[in-house]
Amino acid sequence: MASITLDGLAHTYRPDPRGPQDYALKEIDHVWRQGGAYALLGPSGCGKTTLLNIISGLVVPTRGRILFDGRDVTRLPTEARNIAQVFQFPVVYDTMSVRENLAFPLKNRRMPREAIARRVEEIASRLDLTPVLDRKASNLTADAKQKISLGRGLVREDVAAILFDEPLTVIDPHLKWQLRSSLKELHRALDLTMIYVTHDQTEALTFADTVVVMHDGAVVQTGTPEELFERPAHTFVGHFIGSPGMNVLPAQVEGRTAHVGDVAIALDRAYPALPKGERIELGVRPEFATLAAPGTGLPVTVTRIEDIGRARIARIEIAGNPAAAMVPEELSLDGDRAGLTLDPRQVHIYADGVLVPGVPAPGEAAGREGAA
Amino acid sequence: MDKPVNNRAWLLVAPVFLIVAFSAIVPIMTVVNYSVQDTFGNNQFFWNGLGWFQELLDPSTELGGRFLDALWRNLLFSAIILAIEVPLGILVALSMPREGWKVAATLVVMALPLLIPWNVVGTIWQVFARADIGLAGWAINALGIDYNYTGDPLAAWITIVVMDVWHWTSLVALLCYAGLKSIPDAYYQAARIDGASRWAVFTTIQLPKMKRVLLIAVLLRFMDSFMIYTEPFVLTGGGPGNATTFLSIDLVKIALGQFDLGKAAAMSLVYNLIVLALCWVFYTVMTNTGTERRQEENPA
Repeated sequence: MASITLDGLAHTYRPDPRGPQDYALKEIDHVWRQGGAYALLGPSGCGKTTLLNIISGLVVPTRGRILFDGRDVTRLPTEARNIAQVFQFPVVYDTMSVRENLAFPLKNRRMPREAIARRVEEIASRLDLTPVLDRKASNLTADAKQKISLGRGLVREDVAAILFDEPLTVIDPHLKWQLRSSLKELHRALDLTMIYVTHDQTEALTFADTVVVMHDGAVVQTGTPEELFERPAHTFVGHFIGSPGMNVLPAQVEGRTAHVGDVAIALDRAYPALPKGERIELGVRPEFATLAAPGTGLPVTVTRIEDIGRARIARIEIAGNPAAAMVPEELSLDGDRAGLTLDPRQVHIYADGVLVPGVPAPGEAAGREGAA
Repeated sequence: MDKPVNNRAWLLVAPVFLIVAFSAIVPIMTVVNYSVQDTFGNNQFFWNGLGWFQELLDPSTELGGRFLDALWRNLLFSAIILAIEVPLGILVALSMPREGWKVAATLVVMALPLLIPWNVVGTIWQVFARADIGLAGWAINALGIDYNYTGDPLAAWITIVVMDVWHWTSLVALLCYAGLKSIPDAYYQAARIDGASRWAVFTTIQLPKMKRVLLIAVLLRFMDSFMIYTEPFVLTGGGPGNATTFLSIDLVKIALGQFDLGKAAAMSLVYNLIVLALCWVFYTVMTNTGTERRQEENPA
């Protein structure tokens, strides 16, 4: 059992890094709690696989240390760490049966034969692999193969953490849900730390208790799915999580009012210490922006309305800036003029992409806490 | 289902038919024609029926004994070649670099022997292994080992085998290398996580993944070594005595040396049938592994 600590970790694949831009992974400090279900979310090439490979020991980091329960394992080889990894494409040993596949890691570690057999049966029944135990692994479907890869990690009793590197990429969509929920069940039953790398926000948000969002080699936000949704710490998180992503509009802030072009938007908090000379932006999720009849709220132009099944989303322009908003069911519009109402508590201000906390206005702090 | 009748289709097939007729059918029929006749020169032929075939397949006759001896030599040679070149090729492929400029350099060096024409290879080794002026032959004798491939059958065999290994191991190695390159890194990483030893990685990942290319390599090397002619012909001319007279060499001796066209024709037909039969065996094995693969992929 282990908590995993990343201490000033950074990695570059170049032999002569000149600056931060040469690093595939910029300096990162993080603690993965024992038993947590984590998702490492980010677009392709953001460094999440590099981070995963450092944790599993396939890559030795350029700088920094990695600790398992306080023990430095930075230079320890993979096989000496109590870690298992499931890869993007199912890895099974073609010539072996499912049973032999599951027994392989234990056989390599010279466990007694009866103990291996017992453990394999146990894990197979947990993963619903018992009926296929004696079949050749190479003849099974992709999701069964992926279960075998996972099983090879689970059979080892010493394993403290399982790392998943986009494990559902090659799985049929209708099986993804199934596999993901069995993963959650396993997590609850086995008290293992699970780190799940993905670029799919749905996978990350449904699987994890804590989501770590990475962008361009750095961690931009760590939080629960709600936190990521309601208070994105970076405009990137706003864009990346949610569908459609957060509306980000260039703005000027004066007191408790933001100006987007000639439209004035009321803010819930004041921003007295806003950095000068930086790009100031206003962010609000479409879910907190509601279209209304012309004349109410802010004046906007509607370019298009999309029906996505459970809701309607309007593509609008606020003072020439494209944005998205929800369309209430009862609303019907003539022409392209409309009004927009925003939930002021969900309007955030960003300086150079980073969230500015702001100062709650006197007398309103208590009320807001109640709402949150 | 009705098949549309369109006689113009024959026109489209005609060129292929003509080419095959002149390149394969007509020459083979000539050989069949010779195989049932005997000649004493002057373009005079006499009907002999299946006489040559009966003689050929009866080891107690001069021709039959000669044929059987050469056939055994061929089989022995192919067995030795496969036993050396396949493991050696795998070993070379495993130790070839995986990335960087060394890859290109290794590939070029490996491909060099494959680019040399057969009779040049024979000539190179004929000179190289000569006891009086050849570097290798002289050096071996200087070490105190009595070596003379023109006089000693064992030395002749060893020389031919070494020459073939030098010439063709690269082919096996390159094919295996291609097979190795197609294994995704995740397999090696998974094996490390599973704590597999180097040997276990070889037997559980590399060898199974190389199986298909290995089969092709074995097939190519077997067929090629079974039909070997040029190199031993140039190097030893089939000698000393008949020690390195393979089927193809004997065939040429009978046909062009003794001008026994009937015997030679019968012999080449039987030789051809043996090659075809072995081809069929390999073809069956290969297509069977192919269907196994399709079954693997279907459920996914």
